[in-house]
Amino acid sequence: MSVKHALLALLDEEPMYGYQLRAAFEERTAETWPLNIGQVYTTLSRLERDGLVEGGDTDDDGHQIYKLTDAGRAELTDWFGSAVPRTQPPRDELAIKVALAVSAPGLDPTAVIQRQRSATMSALQGYNRLKRQTTDLAYELVLDSLAFAAEAEIRWLDHCDARLRRVADHPDGAR
Amino acid sequence: MNAPETRPVLELAQVTRIHGAGGLAVHALREVSFETYAGELVAVMGPSGSGKSTLLTLAGGLDQPTSGRVLVEGTDLTAVGSAERAKLRRTSIGYVFQDFNLIPALTAGENVSLPLELDGVPTRAARAAASTALGELGIADLADRFPDEMSGGQQQRVAIARAVVGDRRLILADEPTGALDSVTGEDILRLLRARCDAGAAGVLVTHEPRHAAWADRVVFLRDGAVVDEAGEPMAAVRS
Ligand SMILES: Nc1ncnc2c1ncn2[C@@H]1O[C@H](COP(=O)(O)OP(=O)(O)OP(=O)(O)O)[C@@H](O)[C@H]1O
Ligand SMILES: [Mg+2]
Repeated sequence: MSVKHALLALLDEEPMYGYQLRAAFEERTAETWPLNIGQVYTTLSRLERDGLVEGGDTDDDGHQIYKLTDAGRAELTDWFGSAVPRTQPPRDELAIKVALAVSAPGLDPTAVIQRQRSATMSALQGYNRLKRQTTDLAYELVLDSLAFAAEAEIRWLDHCDARLRRVADHPDGAR
Repeated sequence: MNAPETRPVLELAQVTRIHGAGGLAVHALREVSFETYAGELVAVMGPSGSGKSTLLTLAGGLDQPTSGRVLVEGTDLTAVGSAERAKLRRTSIGYVFQDFNLIPALTAGENVSLPLELDGVPTRAARAAASTALGELGIADLADRFPDEMSGGQQQRVAIARAVVGDRRLILADEPTGALDSVTGEDILRLLRARCDAGAAGVLVTHEPRHAAWADRVVFLRDGAVVDEAGEPMAAVRS
């Protein structure tokens, strides 16, 4: 996840100091990806070194306020203007578990799938409960992102289940 | 809590439905027991042919079980005559069909107000209720269009308006979002959710996990039997 670009985007809205940036980030992303303050300050000093932000005045409490430079604004424009790369698939514990369950002796892989399906459906119900409680658009869209990912997982589990049953009904290899 | 509230709005007890006989018999449902309370929305999921529509048509009194009982607000649909069943369907049950089932010769507004008018609601009041329902579905401006002058998603919304118009105690919806884009589909789910929060009981058949997740409970059917449930049954919460 690009903390760097998230900070640039927030500083483009208004100059801020580290703790404000962290609070703004978490508010915007519904605390879905907690950010530690050390990470914020390391990123800020790297951005300053690269000329993308500049540390300016301090406020009355001695916090250093950062603001975006022209180079920083150009970098931000590039980021919004380009697609997020589809990186190597992360190591997916569920896919690995199902792959191993298919051949595990004495194990019913469809039971593994059904259990996961229930758990993921409960998580999805949780996201919808949160959606009912909010009117904040940014938060809603982040919840939607989680919900669509959970939905994709359930669809994939249904697909695995159907394929396993098909194979069980036609052991001779017919699809 | 008073007694009527603790009684399920819909109760299926050991319901079996077999189509055909002998070697060709299809067990569409096998001894399914299932309850829905006021305030509760239940989603039914499962592969194609698993018995979802069969369950819904039995719940709506459109079909009769081979064995078992179906009760709507305490009335056993398998024990009453067809006239009483038809009356219950008109007054208590809102049904969204998988293929919409709009009457081609009636406008959207007339399709929605028809069940109220058949039940003796004066025409003006019925039309007003219909136009409110169409408004809730975001298609107030289509009231004078005939079904064949509307897109699939618009017809689907008319079918939903017809099911929620008036104060139906039980709303049964078979794939009510199949023809809709994701934002409109979610609006429909929020509407069904709101109706249930206001005291109706709802059963929703859907293939879309995101939509099923608006329900309090998600029941999973396979080969005519309930194999799994996610979420807390309201009976457990209440007792
Ligand atoms: N009138 C009928 N005569 C014979 N068989 C029927 C009849 N109606 C349904 N069936 C069979 O009963 C089973 C369950 O059908 P049902 O329509 O309930 O499935 P469904 O879960 O709603 O599927 P889908 O997701 O495709 O809508 C299927 O095997 C179907 O072929
Ligand atoms: Mg069906």
